[in-house]
Amino acid sequence: MADQLAIGSRRGLRPALPLLLPAYLWLTVAIFLPLSAMVFFSFMTDLPLAGKEWAFTLGNYAAFFSQGLYSTLLLASLRLGLEVTLWCVVIGYPAAYVLAKVLKGRSREAIFLLVILPFWSNGLVRIFSWAMVLREGGILDTALNAVLPFKINIDLMYSYPAVIIGLVHSYVPYMVLTCYLTLQAIDDSLIEAGRSLGASRLQVLKRVIIPLSMPGLIAGAALIFVPVVGSFMEPRILGGRTGTFYGTVIEDQFVAVFNWPLGAALSFILLAVVLIILALAAPVLRRAG
Amino acid sequence: MATTRILEWLGRFYIVLLLAFLYLPIMIMAAMSFNASPFYQLPFEWTTDWYASLWQNDQLIAATWNSIEIAIITTIISTVLGSMASLALYRYEFRGKKLLQALLFPPIAIPWLITGTAMLIFFFGVGIGRGLVAILLGHVALALPYVIVVVAARLQTFAPELEEAARSLGANQLQVTARVTLPWIMPGVIAGGLFAFAVSFDQFVVSYFLSTPGQTTLPVEIYAAIRKGFTPEINAVSTIIIAVSMALMLLTARFFKFGGEK
Repeated sequence: MADQLAIGSRRGLRPALPLLLPAYLWLTVAIFLPLSAMVFFSFMTDLPLAGKEWAFTLGNYAAFFSQGLYSTLLLASLRLGLEVTLWCVVIGYPAAYVLAKVLKGRSREAIFLLVILPFWSNGLVRIFSWAMVLREGGILDTALNAVLPFKINIDLMYSYPAVIIGLVHSYVPYMVLTCYLTLQAIDDSLIEAGRSLGASRLQVLKRVIIPLSMPGLIAGAALIFVPVVGSFMEPRILGGRTGTFYGTVIEDQFVAVFNWPLGAALSFILLAVVLIILALAAPVLRRAG
Repeated sequence: MATTRILEWLGRFYIVLLLAFLYLPIMIMAAMSFNASPFYQLPFEWTTDWYASLWQNDQLIAATWNSIEIAIITTIISTVLGSMASLALYRYEFRGKKLLQALLFPPIAIPWLITGTAMLIFFFGVGIGRGLVAILLGHVALALPYVIVVVAARLQTFAPELEEAARSLGANQLQVTARVTLPWIMPGVIAGGLFAFAVSFDQFVVSYFLSTPGQTTLPVEIYAAIRKGFTPEINAVSTIIIAVSMALMLLTARFFKFGGEK
């Protein structure tokens, strides 16, 4: 009898509801309803507040498609996302490999923690710290001129490379993390087998290691690409006037121009792009699951 | 074999380079917060003036208290609600469970810019408006999925037979949870709580859209200050923040390995 009760209580939604409801209600009120409201709102002419006149319109979306500015900026943001992701692969993958296959024991644990630690510290502050390094008369400028025999001027601040450097710095730990997880799951004997059968290091890398760690690469790429396309704070601080991207235009609609319906439409278009990208990455990730 | 050893040393050297890339800017910022020159000029001259003047900056101090308060309340609410939900997802089988688990993904995966602006629109529309309440609502929602996922990871290591055994020995549902399950998942709950604190304390984007001039958090205040112009005072407060959040994550790592297990 007691056993039946125990097993019976594990089936059905009803006993689970009291535990689930508070969390999911909260998520509904603070995430899912707002996202729905944003879609609804993007079809309006004005805020339906304080007795203001409003009507339904497709104008906000028409603005996106008719004014080249917005689509140009979206493309610029997608390109930024692609470049940052590629740099993160180039920089992060070898590091993940060394962590997973070269370092052992306690030193591996310690260095792994050191690599991902900055990722969980304040992103805004880390971006700000680059401002000090990159500006003219900043640390990089001073250090290089102290070492080099000739005079050079390093003033990367407020430029496209500065934005790239800051974003790569922010997101490369993600790539190291996801690649490390898949790389350490690869059995060393597979690599040894390949080598003893006469494959060169490069062949083993191309035919065994990279294919097997692909899920980690794709997970990392998705997790980096998506937030970078929506970034606005990093380009603002490090890019200055050259730092106008899709994200900064959305920010402007909400805090400077106060054209919320247009901002909502632009946000929703970004959301659609992001969802398409995640959907494309999902099958690969599920296989890795 | 000689080549292998050379390659391994190159690999180690590369890791050192990566760590330098990751930590140098932060260290430079920290060093400059102790430099006397307000324009970050070298040579370096030691001072703690910038930290002293932080105490005079009422606006920054008010924002700091807001940040701490919101982070603590967020931690409490999201840890309790998240652990409950995680337990339910672990313990019960029902239709739609997969969907509920999938719903945890959007808050993590959707860029905060979109979530933040959507919250702004919705909270304004329903009359909550902007301010600390709105920020708190948002932070808890952002932290919840992390707590649920972290606690679920810990529950994976829990043997359900233990619950069955306790129940067959006469313990009721509440006793089983309190005396058997909770003690076991405690490291996960604590790690989830620390995650929640970090998510809230470091959160900038969502707070930015939901704050008003009087009701704001530290990162938002710093962003405003950076856009007005750099000062060593921002350096000082930034150094404190980064020290706090890194210490917090080191603490979290003690309770929860981020997939770093052998």
